[in-house]
Amino acid sequence: MSTTESNNAGRQATAALATENASDAAEAAHAAATPTGAPAIELKGISKAFGTVQANKDISIRVMPGTIHGIIGENGAGKSTLMSILYGFYKADAGEIWIKGKHTHIPDSQAAISAGIGMVFQHFKLVQNFTVLENIILGAEDGALLRPSLSKARKELKRLAEEYELNVDPDEKIEELSVGHQQRVEILKALYRQADILILDEPTGVLTPAEADHLFRILDFLRKEGKTIILITHKLREIMEITDTVSVMRRGEMTATVKTAETSPEQLAELMVGRKVLLNVDKTPAQPGKTVLEVENLRVKDEDGIERLKGINLEIRAGEILGIAGVAGNGQSELLEILGGFAKGTGHIRINGEEIDLTGKHSDGQSRRRRGISHVPEDRHSLGLILDFAAWENMVFGYHSDPAYQKNRFVMDNAGIVAHTAEAMERFDVRPPIPTLPAKSFSGGNQQKIVLAREIERNPALLLVGQPTRGVDIGAIEFIHKRIIELRDQGAAILLVSVELDEIRALSDRVAVMFDGQVMGIGPVETATQTGMGCLMAGMGGEDVRGMDGWTIAAPEESQ
Amino acid sequence: MEKTPKWVDVALIPLLNLLIAFVISGIVVLLIGEDPIKAIKVMVSGALGSPYGWGYTLYYATNFIFTGLAVAVAYHASQFNIGGEGQATLGGLGVALVLLAFPWPHWTIALIAAMAGGAIFGAAWAAIPAYLQAKRGSHIVITTIMFNFIGAAVLNYMLVNVLRPRGSMDPATARFGASTHLPTFHDFPLVGQFFSKSVPANVSFFVAILACYLVWVLIWRTKLGFEIRAFGRSESAARYAGISPVKIVMAAMLISGGLAGLMAINNVMGEAHRLVLNSVEGAGFIGIAVALMGRNHPFGVFLAALLFGFLYQGGGELALETTIPRELITVIQALVILFTGAFDNMLRAPIESFFVARANARKEA
Repeated sequence: MSTTESNNAGRQATAALATENASDAAEAAHAAATPTGAPAIELKGISKAFGTVQANKDISIRVMPGTIHGIIGENGAGKSTLMSILYGFYKADAGEIWIKGKHTHIPDSQAAISAGIGMVFQHFKLVQNFTVLENIILGAEDGALLRPSLSKARKELKRLAEEYELNVDPDEKIEELSVGHQQRVEILKALYRQADILILDEPTGVLTPAEADHLFRILDFLRKEGKTIILITHKLREIMEITDTVSVMRRGEMTATVKTAETSPEQLAELMVGRKVLLNVDKTPAQPGKTVLEVENLRVKDEDGIERLKGINLEIRAGEILGIAGVAGNGQSELLEILGGFAKGTGHIRINGEEIDLTGKHSDGQSRRRRGISHVPEDRHSLGLILDFAAWENMVFGYHSDPAYQKNRFVMDNAGIVAHTAEAMERFDVRPPIPTLPAKSFSGGNQQKIVLAREIERNPALLLVGQPTRGVDIGAIEFIHKRIIELRDQGAAILLVSVELDEIRALSDRVAVMFDGQVMGIGPVETATQTGMGCLMAGMGGEDVRGMDGWTIAAPEESQ
Repeated sequence: MEKTPKWVDVALIPLLNLLIAFVISGIVVLLIGEDPIKAIKVMVSGALGSPYGWGYTLYYATNFIFTGLAVAVAYHASQFNIGGEGQATLGGLGVALVLLAFPWPHWTIALIAAMAGGAIFGAAWAAIPAYLQAKRGSHIVITTIMFNFIGAAVLNYMLVNVLRPRGSMDPATARFGASTHLPTFHDFPLVGQFFSKSVPANVSFFVAILACYLVWVLIWRTKLGFEIRAFGRSESAARYAGISPVKIVMAAMLISGGLAGLMAINNVMGEAHRLVLNSVEGAGFIGIAVALMGRNHPFGVFLAALLFGFLYQGGGELALETTIPRELITVIQALVILFTGAFDNMLRAPIESFFVARANARKEA
């Protein structure tokens, strides 16, 4: 314990130091890149709130021309909000934006473009059945006739391709292009509009490693040409590889800005994840029984053919909670979806030794429920509930075929379901306990309790839980955690997915960390360190990870 | 957060919409130099003022109940079935084939067989767009519209080349046997004396009411209805629950097409006693307005169908009794559709905010 404490103190000191160093670092980068001139972008005290949620809190950064600046942080840290402000999608509540030394107002994206800012979104904004050339000039046509613009763009494209290794066939249709090439088109679009500040939001999320390498080469060329690049990512390796300076965001605040060369992945991981007060959950040690869930070489591809799960292996025993930690978007959702029966894939899933269909007729949610798999989905609004339905209808949703809910062969026993719902609402303390109220009229916590009541009261062999306390008030969090532990103690196997590390630590008996569709490491929660998990979440092994006893590590050693 | 009272939602707003439609129609009548008060008198007395008028109003309403229910059922699965016209056309073909195939001894047996024939043909006509939507993602609005045209062409071909009796110049089937004629309101005990022999309203009206009840049971009481509504409200949640989109789209559209096809027992079997060209007369499209105005609830569909039955019959009388041209009736019907259907949200937003504000003020006081 004492070692952790001293570690902790040391890290806090580092963090403080890092924050102080922020401006120095920017200065240094500035000095290194261009001898004269103002910063390409300077944000002063940007704040933005959505209702009661403070998405950005007094954020200031300076990015010098000809540098690559990384912004790293967990989901919901406020990275995307900040960039949306810079690109004119949101209006900041307070603060100033300075571009190339000039105080600039950016009310919309047109203003951002004319200020020289180009944005490459995570989800491309391209017209699928237009050619590359048509997409490039879209919105930047000169005059009413297309032909002159097209031939001008063709020339320009050729120049850009040679200069930056941005090769794309101008006459190919977007839908024929690979994801990596589509991204190049987005970059070309920005460059064609004379952008010299380029913002890339999670650019490698959809790329293969080779494509990512090529992207970094392109970014390097662009930097040498004096372009300024802001790279938003949660992958530490990318930050270390390409950026000059890096800012860390956490919960809407900029916790540090440092020179990349002067920091380490471990320090960044620490700054990114932070140290939060441990949630208090009363929990006796697990009494694991026989293996309930076995997952072997599980692979899932999404609609675009991108592999989202790249060979997952894990098992969960009865009476045990396995927590899946990781930054959102690293395959956790797909894992829940295929286990819950609404994604197709390859590999093996066995429940109590029995093989489960991963494709075809018997791979749907109804079949899964019959096998004793219950599922509290990550998104209760679009998946777990039908918001227009009354509480009682939601209370049997997914289990509505159960003979217990039928009055006879033809009609459902609505009165019986309402009575059952009233009791379940009592047991799960859903307020107000009115079964006829539509689901949308309940608060987030009470909505979640409805879903939880429905799934837990089925007494499942395996309970899948995704983000059980997202958007849920403190009181309900405690209640929900208690119910999950209770179900564990009754001998259910539980798979818990959460982006909240605290929640993972508080509830899990074992933890698996996912990154890029793979399990980076799996081991007991007791020996998991915050930094170690942070590194695994960013896809890296290393000393801190090796230090975790009893863990099986699949992550590669860090490259630096 | 206060909600608007239910009566505002289901009664006040539709009635206000209707009122606006009538006021504007009145202005149009005024503009062409006619007296709107007289026009409305003619319409009311023509459609509702006599058993004769009622006989026609209820006959038209019967058609609209079937097609309105057809649109409503599909709507609950978030499918916009514009193909009621074609499905009812094919339903007519089914009814005619059944009735001509066999010398039916009594109308009750004939009715059951004709209902099966109409429903199956209507459902089959809806099945193809449904399958294309469910399996291939072809938009059901487009395909059902196209199937209306194909349906009309099929009927044309069948009447001209296959079903036309030898020697007849008329593109129509032979008359059905007298034993298959449905009892009209004239034949009913007690009320029969009020209705003349010529009124077309017949026993199908009660089949339509029964269909309203059964659709209500289907949508709000059965497992299939639960799944249809769940899928219609949230496709993603339905997938999570393991409800098959293909199954729901197919089921909802087959029922929808079947209901549209059932309309033929009224117009083909009950009234014309043979199948003629364009026997549906646009009832399939009016079904859309009926479902819209009836808020896709069987009881609302019933009321809206009565209203449109009134408009149809009253409009016909108007053309007979006054110099108002027949085309103007279409204008009035269109205005009603426009205001009760398409412009529904125009009034809804301000009225709802008015009631919400009032309720909040009351709570504070």
